[in-house]
Amino acid sequence: MTWALFWEWFIKALILIFTLLIGFGYLTWYERRFLARIQVRIGPNRAGPQGLMQWMADAVKLIFKEELTPANVYKLVFFLSPIVTMVPSIVIAAVIPWGTSFQLGGRTIHLYLADINVGVIYLMSIASIAVYGIVLAGWSSNNKYAMMGGLRSTAQIISYELTLGLMFVTAILMGNSMSLVDIVEAQKGMWFAAIQPVGYLLFFIATLAEVNRHPFDMPEAEQELTAGYHTEYSGMKFALFFMAEYQKMIVVSMIGATLFLGGYREFWFLKDTFLSVDRAWFLGPAYLFIKVVVLLGIMIWVRASWPRIRYDRLMGLGWKILIPLSLAVVFITAVGILLAEMFNPLWIWIVLPVSLLVGLLAVMVVYRDLRRKAYERA
Amino acid sequence: MSVLEPMIELGRGLWTTFKQTFFNPVVTVSYPEEKRPVRPRYRGRHVLKRYENGLEKCIGCSLCAAACPADAIFVEASENTDEKRFSPGERYASTYEINMLRCIYCGFCEDACPTEAIVLGDNYELSFTDRRQAIYGKDMLLESVPSADMLTPRKVEEGVYKRSVPEMKDPQD
Repeated sequence: MTWALFWEWFIKALILIFTLLIGFGYLTWYERRFLARIQVRIGPNRAGPQGLMQWMADAVKLIFKEELTPANVYKLVFFLSPIVTMVPSIVIAAVIPWGTSFQLGGRTIHLYLADINVGVIYLMSIASIAVYGIVLAGWSSNNKYAMMGGLRSTAQIISYELTLGLMFVTAILMGNSMSLVDIVEAQKGMWFAAIQPVGYLLFFIATLAEVNRHPFDMPEAEQELTAGYHTEYSGMKFALFFMAEYQKMIVVSMIGATLFLGGYREFWFLKDTFLSVDRAWFLGPAYLFIKVVVLLGIMIWVRASWPRIRYDRLMGLGWKILIPLSLAVVFITAVGILLAEMFNPLWIWIVLPVSLLVGLLAVMVVYRDLRRKAYERA
Repeated sequence: MSVLEPMIELGRGLWTTFKQTFFNPVVTVSYPEEKRPVRPRYRGRHVLKRYENGLEKCIGCSLCAAACPADAIFVEASENTDEKRFSPGERYASTYEINMLRCIYCGFCEDACPTEAIVLGDNYELSFTDRRQAIYGKDMLLESVPSADMLTPRKVEEGVYKRSVPEMKDPQD
């Protein structure tokens, strides 16, 4: 390992970390402004032009707030759990590619931190670690509400991780690799979300549950649990949970864009034009940024539109609908790929109508079994 | 079609918020920059009125102080002379203080006033940094004069301003 390589990695890691940290700040601004606009308000627009410096004001406020440690908490775990939540949410972004490569001083600089050949497995494992922070925070707080929030979070994340994992499998099958760079490059011709929209929808629902976003924000359902697992946290420790939550949002949007929406690649119809990332490497991060912003916007839009679903229904949806449906989606995708390899690459498109039909079947099951029934109201 | 009902309902929810976002104007009033006018009979901070010739309407009768349920008004009256005339008639308010922290803006003082001197205006932006500042004296309450020769006290012709309470019509608003 040469020093040049070390500095390359070091600078790329710094860029990634600061992108996520500042991205968190602007995501809170984006969410507040967008939510406000949906509620026909203006939102924070005082700190800096259009309120763009709001995150700095919030950060200063949180840093100077009194940090309270309740008397009967398990101090070590109480102290560690914000860190355990925060660190994976940054570390997970290491394998996500944000562009192709460019030449600088005779070196080829790749725009990703690590292209490990089991990138998807890495994503899965780090995503599971994040739940420890939440459940430990709930448990060490010595507070019933916090405990409930932590437990709910574990149950929910474990349930929806199965769907998430199966959707990773779909993307692996279609990309024929576990390396995220290869998966992105495989989407040069067509996004996986266009071939397998049901798969992408399932992935999106599962990520909403993974990052505890509405309508699955059971762990911090404030009407039921005051603030859930971070009830007892204040000051900078709370800020770490807050940051972790929003960074996870950014990261799952990046993962979703990478696995299903072409990642840093241009829109498929721009292939071989001057807007292609093959011609201009710097468009890669820009495309990824646009996709992430749109996905985050959808998350915020969903938050503003849909009510939180009840906890037993959440579990029912996860286990009874999403997991069978995702198994079916994986199966259909595999069959489609097999047919494409045996006869004609165009056979892959059989996946689209068949999976849509199966998705419709799942909606029917939702209608039959999970709907609020008339006799229940009587 | 009923099978698709869950999807349609979810879509309807999204459409509602989408409509709000892109087709409805923002209803927020950016307060310090733009202010909404108050209602015609709004009861804001008090103003002591003057006659058109600049003489004060207040004659220091203390009826407002008597009517005040919060005991927020303090009036002290002194004698007018034609050399130094503040208001028509015998007496004027040499001290007129309202404690804005006690005042409940009920408007009873307005009703009690025989000369329509005290009126609750449209100013609601009161702020103080300590309790002494909350007591508004005559210097703050009294309406300003249109020109400098109408200032009170002033020298007037003798024997013109004998009557304290003016001839009044029935109240209009």
